[in-house]
Amino acid sequence: MGSVKGIRDKVAIIGMGCTKFGEHWDKSKNDLIFEATKEAIEDAKIEPKDIEAAWAGTWVSGFDGRCLADPLKLQYIPVTRVENACASGSDAFRNACYAVASGAYDICLAVGFEKLKDSGWAGLPDQQSLPTNRYPDRTAPGMFALMATTYFHKYNLSPEEGKRMIGAISVKSHHNGTLNPKAHLRREVTIEQVMNAPIIAWPLGLFDCCGVSDGAAAAIIVPADKAKDYRSDPVYVKALQISVCPSEGELRADYDFTQVKATIKAGEAAYAEAGITNPREEISMAELHDCFSITEAVTCEDLRFSPVGKVKEDIESGFFDLTGGLPVQPDGGLKSFGHPIGASGVRMLYEMYLQCQGRAGERQIKDPKLGLTHNLGGIPVSNTVSVLIIGL
Amino acid sequence: MAGIASYGAYIPWYRLSRPDIQQAWDSMIPIPGEKAVAGYDEDSITMAVAAARDCLTGIDPQKVDRLYFASTTSPYKEKQAASVVAGALGLGKGTYTMDFAGSLRAGTNALRAALDAVEAGSASSVLVTCGETRMGAPNGDKEMAFGDGAAALLVSKSGVAVDIDGSLSTFQEFHDVWRSDQDTFVRSWEERFVREAGYMRMVNGTVAAALQKYNLTPADITKAAIYAPDPRLLGMAAGKMGFDPMAQLVDPLYMTVGNTGSALSLMILVSALEDAKAGDRLMCVGYGDGCDVLLMKVTDGIEKIKDRRAIKRHLASKTMITHYLKYIQWRGLMATEPPPRPPLNHISVPALWRDQDYGLSLHGVKCKSCGTPQYPPQRVCVICQAQDNFEPYSFADKKATVNTYSHDNLAASIDRPVTIAAVDFEEGGRIIFNMADRHPDDVKPGMPVEVTFRKVHFFEGIHNYWWKCAPIRC
Repeated sequence: MGSVKGIRDKVAIIGMGCTKFGEHWDKSKNDLIFEATKEAIEDAKIEPKDIEAAWAGTWVSGFDGRCLADPLKLQYIPVTRVENACASGSDAFRNACYAVASGAYDICLAVGFEKLKDSGWAGLPDQQSLPTNRYPDRTAPGMFALMATTYFHKYNLSPEEGKRMIGAISVKSHHNGTLNPKAHLRREVTIEQVMNAPIIAWPLGLFDCCGVSDGAAAAIIVPADKAKDYRSDPVYVKALQISVCPSEGELRADYDFTQVKATIKAGEAAYAEAGITNPREEISMAELHDCFSITEAVTCEDLRFSPVGKVKEDIESGFFDLTGGLPVQPDGGLKSFGHPIGASGVRMLYEMYLQCQGRAGERQIKDPKLGLTHNLGGIPVSNTVSVLIIGL
Repeated sequence: MAGIASYGAYIPWYRLSRPDIQQAWDSMIPIPGEKAVAGYDEDSITMAVAAARDCLTGIDPQKVDRLYFASTTSPYKEKQAASVVAGALGLGKGTYTMDFAGSLRAGTNALRAALDAVEAGSASSVLVTCGETRMGAPNGDKEMAFGDGAAALLVSKSGVAVDIDGSLSTFQEFHDVWRSDQDTFVRSWEERFVREAGYMRMVNGTVAAALQKYNLTPADITKAAIYAPDPRLLGMAAGKMGFDPMAQLVDPLYMTVGNTGSALSLMILVSALEDAKAGDRLMCVGYGDGCDVLLMKVTDGIEKIKDRRAIKRHLASKTMITHYLKYIQWRGLMATEPPPRPPLNHISVPALWRDQDYGLSLHGVKCKSCGTPQYPPQRVCVICQAQDNFEPYSFADKKATVNTYSHDNLAASIDRPVTIAAVDFEEGGRIIFNMADRHPDDVKPGMPVEVTFRKVHFFEGIHNYWWKCAPIRC
């Protein structure tokens, strides 16, 4: 992957939109798609008719190109639906960027969306299974909890110490979420609340898990050399990488659950594409796929924000806080937004885009240069991971 | 002479205390002891597989050429259960499979049929399995009395540990206990009629006839493994037959397991075999719509049967069900809130059929290029990416340890938390399993586990079996 040329600085984002995330009992997926896209189009100062091609990222809320053409009444342009598990939104954005970089189009739209709260289930509306159903009962919390068990075991953390370490991640993200009007959950939590919450999948408790919500986010992409025709502060794409794991961890006994290899691979490829050698110093801020608190901890190591086995020190020192050396989840993350699958990757980009432009209000990070998004689809043993980097 | 070449048994880990049942119903009749209860993921088939695996310890399953499954509680009214048992054990495709059903004598019927087949030369090695999960209606004497369990006996002509040298059977059309195709629970006639006109006459008469036929007296019998619905009745019958109940009767497991129906005679025969010495003369008696008597003589071969969990080790390995309602829920006797997860996907029958040589017997493949075992079977090696260069590989008999685990309260099971574990096999390979029969607090990375055949789903009338891991039972 390191030898892939990529499209650094060839395309730029000139407009983005994002709905409030939450339990939108009163809104359909079409309402959410329309609202996110309308904000993006107005932000870009273009007209709907200017869009030449579009990509939709959704997991279970739409099936083909009509899922955008219908609510937006796009006029006979090519529209493609992309599905890549929880990284569907990031992949829709990637496809739109490549289409512009190829020279085929000058204005493309990418929309990530998901409407989960019509399903009637508190968790995700699926059960992973094989056609034989000869498969262990397993859920996303259960599978990510396997990481916490081995992480604690490998680094000699008692359950109390381990839960305190990952609990601090949730406390931090909940705090950031209180500053964000578009977040679903906007409430401070204390470490005691986190530690004492009901267990969802041991050792993960309620506050170690992100919620499930509805939402949509959209981006308008143009060639880099035309970006300033639209606005003075376009945000450029520095790296777009996806790595897909061939389900190795299901079968290989040497996978130890304290890392996600696809994150490492996608991260290395993205750093190579963006010309980054020391991500801890060079990345200004990041939105990571904090589906569970342990996922964020491990991802910080996989992306070389922290040395392997040492993320605890950075969590405890506040390195990832809004005012720290490398703020992680400045918008509150999946923890505060919930996880409408297809929408999350584009929602992460939305925050990085606002931060780069100095438009993040109370959450504004001082002079960020590069923002990274990490979108992890699947489970620790089998996954599809995107790492995108954008900046000025 | 044909006889028994190996034995095995299975008793579920879970036990329910009879006083706890009484307490739940506020009932006054004191009944002591406990009953063995199949886990929510166990049934007559899975328990028969467990007993058969115990019986086949150290024996090549490919040598078995017949598999008999006996039960009054087959999970299917129409569909063979023996084929599931044979598939789970990985028996050869030429194995003749047969179900024995309906009668409480199904266990001894199957044993005698196996004996006849071997004697006649039409089979060389018959694996007789018997599993039972009978249900008595809640708050009744049968609920108190019935327990769950299984036994397996390998019948062959060579290398036998026990010569079966006599048999005699009688039949009687008689409703003492019965269950129609419309019934969930076992019915019975008045206790005194059942005892006097049924059990006492039938068993005493048939045993007496058998002893006479072979010129034996009760004193010649070292141990008698006699089916009995309860120990009191057994004591009365045995005394009348001329046996010394204390010295000659095998404990009918009433206080520890309960009445396991058609499996009981074979289970207590296994119990007798655990203590048997060369030269001992044993008698096994099955009862139900008649009576089967089998007479046998223990040979030197008994010493060669070792490392069986059989009855003793299974009995000692147990956990008490914490609440009667848990048992009621496991048996589906009360409508309870379903798990807060979407319903299962449709089970694809073609997919099950394709999986019969793999998932059912926990066979994967081993890469012939790099030697790595893998489950499920692959076309491209997960390690070296070699294509279509594999040989079949059995995981079921391999040692394994837990790499990592979680106790999941969200998973779609009636028995949460569901323990999920990544299990690494000593000779290579990993499979992610649910864990059965564990105390959550005992689960640790690095703990040794074994695999156990379980019912993983029941959906649209299909009992779907696969494997779980479990702490090394005993």
